[in-house]
Amino acid sequence: MTEVLDPPNRTEVPAVPSPNVQRLSTQNELKPKMKTKREGSTVGKPFVDAPKISMRGVDVFYGAKQAVFGVDLDIAKNQVIAMIGPSGCGKSTFLRCINRMNDTIDSCRVEGSICLEGEDIYESKLDVVPLRARIGMVFQKPNPFPKSIFDNVAYGPKIHGLVSRKADLEEVVETSLRRAGLWEEVKDRLDSPGTGLSGGQQQRLCIARTIAVSPEVILMDEPCSALDPIATAKIEELIAELSQNFTIAIVTHSMQQAARVSDRTAYFHLGKLIEVNETQKVFTNPDHELTEAYITGRIG
Amino acid sequence: MDNLNIDRHISQQFNTDLEHLRTHLLELGGIVEEQVANAVKALETADSALAEQVLQTEMEVDKREISLDHECTLILARRQPAASDLRLVLMVTKTTHDLERMGDEADKIAKMAIALNEDGASPRGYIELRHIGSNVLKLVNMALDAFARYDAQMAVRVVRDDNQVDLEYRSALRELITYMMEDPRSISRVMNILWALRALERIGDHARNIAENVIYLVHGMDVRHIPLDEIEKKLEAENNSAD
Repeated sequence: MTEVLDPPNRTEVPAVPSPNVQRLSTQNELKPKMKTKREGSTVGKPFVDAPKISMRGVDVFYGAKQAVFGVDLDIAKNQVIAMIGPSGCGKSTFLRCINRMNDTIDSCRVEGSICLEGEDIYESKLDVVPLRARIGMVFQKPNPFPKSIFDNVAYGPKIHGLVSRKADLEEVVETSLRRAGLWEEVKDRLDSPGTGLSGGQQQRLCIARTIAVSPEVILMDEPCSALDPIATAKIEELIAELSQNFTIAIVTHSMQQAARVSDRTAYFHLGKLIEVNETQKVFTNPDHELTEAYITGRIG
Repeated sequence: MDNLNIDRHISQQFNTDLEHLRTHLLELGGIVEEQVANAVKALETADSALAEQVLQTEMEVDKREISLDHECTLILARRQPAASDLRLVLMVTKTTHDLERMGDEADKIAKMAIALNEDGASPRGYIELRHIGSNVLKLVNMALDAFARYDAQMAVRVVRDDNQVDLEYRSALRELITYMMEDPRSISRVMNILWALRALERIGDHARNIAENVIYLVHGMDVRHIPLDEIEKKLEAENNSAD
């Protein structure tokens, strides 16, 4: 191998090139070096200009146990951000902080600041009901109310007092179902129970219910993990459409899904936010070796 | 192998697949490297038998090109590789193509060797041929070593040395043209040498492509079609930010 490094011999062609066998046997001693980066805090670009949601130093505790450690992250307006990471890395817990779903768990304590357009959502005087109308959520398992399809979608606008006349309500229901890509499938049976739909349809019904109250942000916690590939593809298509008008944060276990639907990707590991970058960067050339290890299937 | 981490996947089969891909590419590289060396040697020593052997090897190279591409297709379909795995698969398909093209160029040189042998009489231009041939062989060798070691620095050296080979090729061209003007009877023979030089220069370009693929593999940075000093600057910036 050292002959390569010698000054070129101008008078002679090397008699025999280094045979492949030789190259293969020496490679083990040579220790090929791949670029790796190891840094303490989040790498990449966690911050954006004019963020829709801006989170600083977010810690989450369940009793004495800390689940999320000092996360700094911005979510840009009308963009999809995907949160990925192994089970128990705190990504769902973190997502739930964004519309104060963690308030329902007694032992859960959130510290740090989370601002929706500059307004602190953990302000003690703040009413969580309108907050959750502004920041809607779609869950892992489709959870339609045991009511008719129509009422499932109409419920939100009614309780939030967004519409008064029946005609307006019908219009909101139709628009929401259309945007959720469900209208054509259910328009003839709006009175039948929502629970009678297929899994994928139920999930789209839940999305219609969420967007019926015109939220600004939609949080999705593994919205496709209970669905088949076709229903999943429909939801993903829907996410792409919705992202034109809504800010979306999605937690997913499917890395391919994150790669397909999101503009930015955040990687969590053991409660820490390791890396945030443009999705195309994360999946072709991530900055952090832990991200690399996770997305290439080396740790789980 | 520690830093490469090919063997760290949760899926053992994926480890094996990628390891095979790497090994098979290096094997193909070794075969093509030898093919190029033999072609140059056959031309220099007027060895038609060796030239025939180069032509025979071409079939083996083609077969391996197809099988490597097939392996890449299967890995893409089955594993949806990401990050460094994705870059490895992509660079293997491209490098396979470059190697196969190198083999084609070696074929051309071997054919020139046979043609020149039949003509008899030794033409001018052997010194240039030997010189450029030996430099191009080093390029091929270094490009493959750079891949085996994931050595971006060595890959940059290939790019640099290829620029040098291009200069040498151009100066050899001028010299041979002068010679043809002095002695028009030698034109057809000298043309054969010219074609062989041209093939060597192309082999150098393919070695450069492989080196650029290695830089992409290691740093995820596309350095095609940019000048050498910019490549060096980009790499330096990358290395600094990694520290």
